[in-house]
Amino acid sequence: MRNIRMLCFLMLTGVLLLGTAIGVQAKSPESEDPIKISTHDWTSQRISSRIMGSVLQKMGYNVEYVIADYLAQFSGLESGDLHLAMEIWETTGRDALLKSLATGDTEDMGKTGMHAKEDWWYPSYVKEICPGLPDWKALNACAEKFSTPETAPKGRYLGGAATWGGHDEERIEALGLNFEVIHAGTAAALSAEIKAAYERKEPIVAWVWSPNWVPYKYKGEWVEFPQYTDNCYSDPKWGSNPDMRYDCGKPEGWIKKVAWSGLKTKWPGAHQAIGNFRISNDEMGALISEVDLEDRKIEDVVSQWMKDNAATWKKWIQ
Amino acid sequence: MTTTTKDRALQSVLFSAAADCRTLARRGVERLRPLAIVLAIVAGVGLAGRHLGWIDAYPDSWIVPLKDWISAAMAWLLHECNLGLFTFKEMTRSISWLISWPLKGAQGLLYQGIDLSILGGSWRLPHLPWAAVVGIGALLGLSLQGWRLAAMTAGGLLYLVLFGQWESAMETLASVIIAVPLGALLGMVLGIISARTKTAEAAIRPVLDLMQTVPIFAYLVPILFLFGFGPVSAMIGTIIYAAPPMVRCTLMGLRSVPADVVESGLVSGCSRRQMLFKIFLPSALPEIMVGLNQVIMLSLNMVIIASMIGAGGLGYDVLNALRQLKIGRGLEAGLSIVVLAVILDRLSQAAARKSKMRERGIGWTRRKSLAAAAAVIILTGGASVLWDGFYVYPESWSVTTAPFWEGAMTWINLHFYDFFYGLRNLLLIYILMPVKKFLVELPWAGVVAALAFISYRLQGVRLLLVTVGLCLFITVTGYWEKAIITVYLCGIGALLSSLGGIFIGICAAGHRRLTGALNLLLDTLQTLPAFVYLMPCVILFRVGDVSALIAIVAYAVVPVIRYTLHGISQVPTPVLESSRISGCSKRQLLVKVQLPLALPDIVLGINQTIMMALSMVVITALIGTRDLGQEVYMALTKADIGRGLVAGVGVACIATVTDRLMQAYISAIKHKTGQTP
Repeated sequence: MRNIRMLCFLMLTGVLLLGTAIGVQAKSPESEDPIKISTHDWTSQRISSRIMGSVLQKMGYNVEYVIADYLAQFSGLESGDLHLAMEIWETTGRDALLKSLATGDTEDMGKTGMHAKEDWWYPSYVKEICPGLPDWKALNACAEKFSTPETAPKGRYLGGAATWGGHDEERIEALGLNFEVIHAGTAAALSAEIKAAYERKEPIVAWVWSPNWVPYKYKGEWVEFPQYTDNCYSDPKWGSNPDMRYDCGKPEGWIKKVAWSGLKTKWPGAHQAIGNFRISNDEMGALISEVDLEDRKIEDVVSQWMKDNAATWKKWIQ
Repeated sequence: MTTTTKDRALQSVLFSAAADCRTLARRGVERLRPLAIVLAIVAGVGLAGRHLGWIDAYPDSWIVPLKDWISAAMAWLLHECNLGLFTFKEMTRSISWLISWPLKGAQGLLYQGIDLSILGGSWRLPHLPWAAVVGIGALLGLSLQGWRLAAMTAGGLLYLVLFGQWESAMETLASVIIAVPLGALLGMVLGIISARTKTAEAAIRPVLDLMQTVPIFAYLVPILFLFGFGPVSAMIGTIIYAAPPMVRCTLMGLRSVPADVVESGLVSGCSRRQMLFKIFLPSALPEIMVGLNQVIMLSLNMVIIASMIGAGGLGYDVLNALRQLKIGRGLEAGLSIVVLAVILDRLSQAAARKSKMRERGIGWTRRKSLAAAAAVIILTGGASVLWDGFYVYPESWSVTTAPFWEGAMTWINLHFYDFFYGLRNLLLIYILMPVKKFLVELPWAGVVAALAFISYRLQGVRLLLVTVGLCLFITVTGYWEKAIITVYLCGIGALLSSLGGIFIGICAAGHRRLTGALNLLLDTLQTLPAFVYLMPCVILFRVGDVSALIAIVAYAVVPVIRYTLHGISQVPTPVLESSRISGCSKRQLLVKVQLPLALPDIVLGINQTIMMALSMVVITALIGTRDLGQEVYMALTKADIGRGLVAGVGVACIATVTDRLMQAYISAIKHKTGQTP
């Protein structure tokens, strides 16, 4: 009895599935199905997703925003559960992107026009405590001023989450820095500590990235390491340390859009508009400040932007 | 009176004191002997480790690549596994498609509105106005219990309205009111199956243990792969996490149905189905309702984590607010989760009591309740037509306390930082760092041998095999050091929680008003997302083990307080009376009577506290700890199924070993105090 019921259930699910599959195929190429845009938990990404979504809605498409993890989303893009991700940063997502593109199930939709930078950063007042900054050698000379009991006598460098990579441990060793990396775990924890130190005017060096609200709210500068080149990360002989790689700063890079490869055939018009999406760092910075610092709602900020920049986004559609 | 009598009295006192000392010393030695043996084992193996490296540190080349095997197996399951007519993935996808319908319905009803296309035209059915939901909530409270509950429910919901949390709260509520019945149903079915036969129970129990102790992050990735991205996956994760207590409670309820009730059913010729629905389930209802309550609490516990993989709502608000360091806004959103939890909890408890009352014909009839609810909807609907504000509360009217909290945080940071920083360094230098160093340097083989000895002493060969097996799992998969760091942080956390919790419990026991306030605080601590207090911790104590420790203690202290209170209040009154008559002082009463009798309860509470501390490892990973929790978290962000599951099972192994040892210890004490045979 129980077996028969089980069999019935399985058959039913099979039939339902077949039905949906046929339903999907029967639609015209410009489908009414929602285009699913993944959103993450940082502001610039939510803004660019929302802008793209609003433009697609103006074109008459249905849009759905799906919350997904930055790196875990690739499996969703490959299977077609998600259709579009607006911000893949070269600095953190390069490997995952290349791996995903290699499967052939995702498509590189080009650069967003934004430029990612991330490196060691300090608030401006630190310059008074440690003269000679932003040069990295000067930073190294006053490492002790950044030390805490668990790192003493070395300085404490607040790194990003262990998942972000960044080769900071290797950089410290290669350049002979008197610092120790303490990993913050999340962006929230990282900015919490920067905020606390900034309020007390206490020395701190931390991993900061841009575009992001932290460098807009708190005045500060990047530490100047030897300029990054590809050779620095691949060839030990390059740079001041002949035996080690990573004896330079971090690479800067593009921020790209990625789509499910089926998007092109299912929504060709949308495909074109997404490819044309461009926004500059300054423009995004202004939007981020409005959301994070002036506490406005993303929906309001984006609809204002849509009104003010009609000429810009109408060009993407043509 | 003579000096001689005095002398003699003194002499006898001295004599008995000396005798006391001697027995005490003897008992002390007896107590210390096992400890000495344990130390000897560790030291001996450690010495051996000097000569045999593998005893000291497990060689990397011996690590079994279990995680790669699991990843490969999952890849096969996802891409190739074919069940004949359709693939495995298609089956799971159709399940999530089925679940998405009721979820869409609830979302439409509560905050989205439902689009209908009937007769060629498309219509939009509006969602319930907030005023209607508040009204229905109050009605539920009124019909289930009375004015007090009605006022509490309405007040809680009005908080959500006033503070501008309504839409997010309804989004969360929509997924909770679908997840809870599904989780409860799954739990009940599993409970009924395991009540039927011993083999089924034996098969289901370890699965339940795993469901409860493997950190949720560990199985989020497979769920995402199988069920797709979005709120449905988040809900399935919630169901898996929240169902186990329901299974246990159902099983307990069914087992404790009185034999005469069962017999009367059999005698009157009930079929098997009738037996289940008319006899067993109704008699087990009280236990099942306890289970339901747990399912509700755990579902709301999952809100934050669910929001990381696709559920929006309050959890997403908390995460976003904290990423922007809007601590006040995060707190308000977090408190909204607490409000929902408390309302649902109190209503479900009232419903449980009501089901008993209904048998006696007290309270509202179903028809009356439905009519009242319909009246509320029509009334508020009409009001919404007249004024929009009843439908969607105007944003400009909402209030917030966020600036206050942010100001307070800055003020504390500026004025009290030195104090907090000193405290942090004190903890770090004198407690945390030495303990960590000590534990990490212990030889793994020695620790396993010592644990084996303890298990054998407590219960016998079976427990020994379990302990050794689980420890070897951790070692062989290459996670020994990470596991030890987990033990270090959670162990200190559990220790501090237990000491503090028992103290608070003792102080509060017997003061009714204090206990009431304490209960509300405990409910809050249990449902307020840890993330909300984790970030202020980071501001005051910086990133690191101290912040993690405080978060662990804040969350894990709850059960030990609850169980201590419970244990002390359960001491039978005759025992208390007779102790008082025999002249015990208040202190003696506590130390010699109440605490020893409450000890099994307290140990059970400590056991729960350890479990809660272990469940915090993934949360503390968010501020950069380097233990198994971080491993699980990294696997999540890299979508590495095998790594996440193996590390997650590693956490479960630690939990299981501790649990088994504690259980064995409890039964040993109970045996000694003669509470159970």
